[in-house]
Amino acid sequence: MDDGRPIFQQIADQIADGIAAGAYPEGTQVPSTTELSAFHRINPATVGKGVNLLVERGLLHKRRGLGMFVTDGARASLLAARTAAFARAYVQPLLAEARALGLSTDDVHKIVDEAADETAEETAEETARERSTP
Amino acid sequence: MTCQTPPAAPPAVRLRGVGRRFRRTAALSDVTLDLPEGVVCGLLGRNGAGKTTLMSLLAGHDRPSSGSVEVFGADPFTHAPTTSAVSFVRDDQRYPDDFRLSHVLSVAPRFHPAWSAERAAELVDAFRLPSRADVKKYSRGQLSALGIVLGLASRAPLTVFDEPYLGLDAGARQVFYRQLVTDLAEHPRTVVVSTHLVDEMEALLDRVVVLEGGRVVRDSTVDEARAAAYTVSGPSAAVDALTAGLRVLASHRLGELRSATVEGELTDAVDAAARRAGAQTGPASLQELVLAHGAEPEVGTPAPPAVRASEGVPA
Repeated sequence: MDDGRPIFQQIADQIADGIAAGAYPEGTQVPSTTELSAFHRINPATVGKGVNLLVERGLLHKRRGLGMFVTDGARASLLAARTAAFARAYVQPLLAEARALGLSTDDVHKIVDEAADETAEETAEETARERSTP
Repeated sequence: MTCQTPPAAPPAVRLRGVGRRFRRTAALSDVTLDLPEGVVCGLLGRNGAGKTTLMSLLAGHDRPSSGSVEVFGADPFTHAPTTSAVSFVRDDQRYPDDFRLSHVLSVAPRFHPAWSAERAAELVDAFRLPSRADVKKYSRGQLSALGIVLGLASRAPLTVFDEPYLGLDAGARQVFYRQLVTDLAEHPRTVVVSTHLVDEMEALLDRVVVLEGGRVVRDSTVDEARAAAYTVSGPSAAVDALTAGLRVLASHRLGELRSATVEGELTDAVDAAARRAGAQTGPASLQELVLAHGAEPEVGTPAPPAVRASEGVPA
């Protein structure tokens, strides 16, 4: 767990990713500070700081004596924020690299379409495999 | 009428102008330091920087030649209750010749009122410490593990670990880290740990104190320390230009490429300037920062001020 950003930030992002992916559904409890500390072997105060960041953003709330729970609407608001950041985080770097390589926008469209087709095929195969093994 | 704020609790550790000399050698010079209660503080620095001397002072095993040491508001050298509030795990701990594990574990609670037999048993299990062998026949790693058992199970308000991992394999070190954070989450207290395994232990810490030649050269939170420096790498000419006028902590060259760790904050503007010049930036690791402090000073770095005269406390 190290990409150079403060560790509490990384903890917050990881929990947020879990909420966005549906691993922590709304209304359910997220792991406790102790569990997160032990799992990542991170200072409990750092974990607490990361969790509090999500409380401030209204994604988690505390139930006294029980722990931290995912707030209703947390997933939708995370997905909305990530959709808004999508162009800046992914599309712009993609186009910058394409320009550096001398690819036209049409070339990029073609590459994206091909990649999407491949992903679709793989997903279909996986689904078929899962169905054949009950 | 004004609301009075309650007086702040004294910090767990307060050092003021502390010096410690051994004959002509100054092991510590003018160390001034506050550690708030409840932090896990990494004590970093090269060999001989004064880490063990500082920890001996905190534990009341030694007294300063000058300046004052306070632990929970009292002098740990003379104040017996404070001495028992500190658990000091040193790497050269000796045990009586005929002692086995059970002897050590039955004596320890007498020195530490908050001793947890449950945590001790769990740790002994996790480290697979042999109960039949005499403790003096333990390997280096087993002795370290025993020290960790004593340090964690004591639940002392201040626990001081001097390089607690010596001889421990990677798996046993992970056991230590997990047990440490788990116990701290349930029973918060102040921990000071000296280490050379900076990368490995960074996530356990919330503060760092870096010693160099007996002086404190950094005292901050881990996040502040990491934000205090960054690396620039790319074509030499570009890196030279980008780092001109900055304090270079470390620098490496590989042919026409150069990588430099410099003091300062990595802002978007810095990053953008580097990109335009064809170079890359990245955060400096805590390890790099520590290594940079221990390195030969670059030309132009002022020499440290002269050591203060000891104030007449006989050793």
